[in-house]
Amino acid sequence: MTILVDETAKVLYQGLTGSQGRFYGLRNRAYGTQVVAGTNPRKAGTDVDGVPVFATVADAVTATGATVSCIFIPAPGVEAAVLEAAGAGLELVVVITEGVPTHDQARLFRTLVRDFPGTRLLGPNCPGVISPGRCNIGITAGEIAMGGGPVGIVSRSGTLTYQALHDLTRAGIGQTTCVGIGGDPVPGTTFVDCLAAFEADPDTKVVLLIGEIGGSAEEEAAEFVAGEMTTPVVAYVAGVTAPPGRRMGHAGAIVSGTRGTAQAKIDALRRAGAAVARNPSEAAALVAEAVAGLA
Amino acid sequence: MDLFEYHGKELLASFGVPVPAGEVAATTAEAVAAGQRLGCPVVVKAQVRVGGRGKAGGIQVATDLAEVAAAAEAILGMDIRGHTVERLWVERASDIAAEHYVSLTLDRSVRMHLGLLSARGGVDIEVVATEDPAAVARAHIDPIDGLTTAQCRTWVAAAGLADDVAEGVIEVLGRLWTAYAEGDAELVEVNPLVVTGEGELLALDAKVTLDESAAYRHPEWGGYAATQAGDEREQAARARGLQYVGLDGTVGIIANGAGLAMSTLDVVDQVGGSPANFLDIGGGAKAEAMAAALEVVNADRKVAAIFVNIFGGITRGEEVATGIVTALEQVDLASPIVVRLDGTNAAEGRAILARHESDRLVSRPTMVEAAETAVALAARRTARP
Repeated sequence: MTILVDETAKVLYQGLTGSQGRFYGLRNRAYGTQVVAGTNPRKAGTDVDGVPVFATVADAVTATGATVSCIFIPAPGVEAAVLEAAGAGLELVVVITEGVPTHDQARLFRTLVRDFPGTRLLGPNCPGVISPGRCNIGITAGEIAMGGGPVGIVSRSGTLTYQALHDLTRAGIGQTTCVGIGGDPVPGTTFVDCLAAFEADPDTKVVLLIGEIGGSAEEEAAEFVAGEMTTPVVAYVAGVTAPPGRRMGHAGAIVSGTRGTAQAKIDALRRAGAAVARNPSEAAALVAEAVAGLA
Repeated sequence: MDLFEYHGKELLASFGVPVPAGEVAATTAEAVAAGQRLGCPVVVKAQVRVGGRGKAGGIQVATDLAEVAAAAEAILGMDIRGHTVERLWVERASDIAAEHYVSLTLDRSVRMHLGLLSARGGVDIEVVATEDPAAVARAHIDPIDGLTTAQCRTWVAAAGLADDVAEGVIEVLGRLWTAYAEGDAELVEVNPLVVTGEGELLALDAKVTLDESAAYRHPEWGGYAATQAGDEREQAARARGLQYVGLDGTVGIIANGAGLAMSTLDVVDQVGGSPANFLDIGGGAKAEAMAAALEVVNADRKVAAIFVNIFGGITRGEEVATGIVTALEQVDLASPIVVRLDGTNAAEGRAILARHESDRLVSRPTMVEAAETAVALAARRTARP
């Protein structure tokens, strides 16, 4: 099995008519994802390489039965776009866009919790989600992934996730689902959400968690690993050398005073029983070891 | 973006938060003129975006203009934990009867805002929170509803402030909340919020961090940005649209993706080297971004070797390699460059790099090997007289 999405997902792209939306939307379709619609209020009735464009998400859902939205529109419009998708009843909304203001993120997440509990937000500022061989939503290069399990991946970083997918695939180890939760301060979906889903998935037998400095998501993940998980977890945390008070590329990657350091996260994960790697290649090697050790 | 105290106070004042009268001064003469207009006694405060100013002697009370001159003379140019003082804030001295603490920030673990309020201000709040947790009243604030008056009352009551200031504090908290929310701040901290002998409330310090992602809707931030980047390398990188953080080491780092870039710094450190910077050229690793990144890293005189760490996903290995080779033709590098290329069509990319391999360009297949090579090259070059 997979988590979050499988081959039944019908995906619409808010921003399909823009250059990024078109590029990745069509790549996702070429991968085998059911790409059913795009939205753009000024281009309703047109199409993008055969994918119909609707004025609103509600129109697109009525016409196509879309279940998931993937958002590529610029940051100032993201909050309204997500709420439009949630209002139209979509199960999952994936926001690739980077640079959504933090106050908007916080208000958006709270609004979803209060008014749209049936909608899950993934991101913002994330690469998306791929269930290899079934469905790829977002900007991950599908060719570096391999289906069939037994590894589930959840990560705050894009490129480190691609590296992990590539290393595992090269070693002949497949993946159930790979989720990029994004590098922003208020992610819609957390490590714990994904760990819980992987724990419940019989086909995911090892989980790789890729974290980084800032916030306490890794510490919360460690608590969940210790208390709720039987599936073995391998972890890698980037940013041991990051200076305090400096934002390392991602909006959420910042050590505040003594909080949010990589070392504290590594220690917490290790105490929770996760195997913690010192670098990305070692992470893949530890996953391979864990997979080899499965009965 | 961390604001200087004077900008923080200016921002808070624009939302109606009471702050003492004061002026910015960049020279001793300006400081004396400010002291004359404000009327002594005044406080002369170093404007640096780092804590510990008081302990370093960067905050001095002056009772007359001669003392203002002496204080300004002493503080301007002072180095406070690596930050050189270029400006002063000269402020009318306040008659302090009580010092409180207040801050607003995001609590990422619960995805709501968090307010901290304490009757014990003027000292390190982390210390207060450890020694006497009950002295810090916490309030989680719903991002939709904001700080309501009802919640504010409960919060102030929990902090145990004197009854006669409670109403005033409630009003100030409301204004601080508006400054935080409408001002798109990531942090608003006032320590201390003082009560004067006349019972007036004043924000005696202001620590404000603005969310740069919201800059598009705050044209008024232009004045803050102009005084921001102290590091020339960071200014150069910013001008080229690159994500860059300057550090002190000798190995220049270029990577695609923030996570991979951080990871690259860590691996260089693990093999005994010291990174000169964090630099993310973006996931796509485009040739133009590579050339711009090489220019920025190359301009750093401490850099003795450059480690380019790229994972090609959708951008294939041969495109990345061609981009690097093209960039090398455009930039006259002072240091050797070590490339680790992995991902889609990495073999094809490495073959292109191999054709251009020299003592200036080396390709290594793994992150650790590449880091070791870069660190060794940097050590050899920095050891030279």
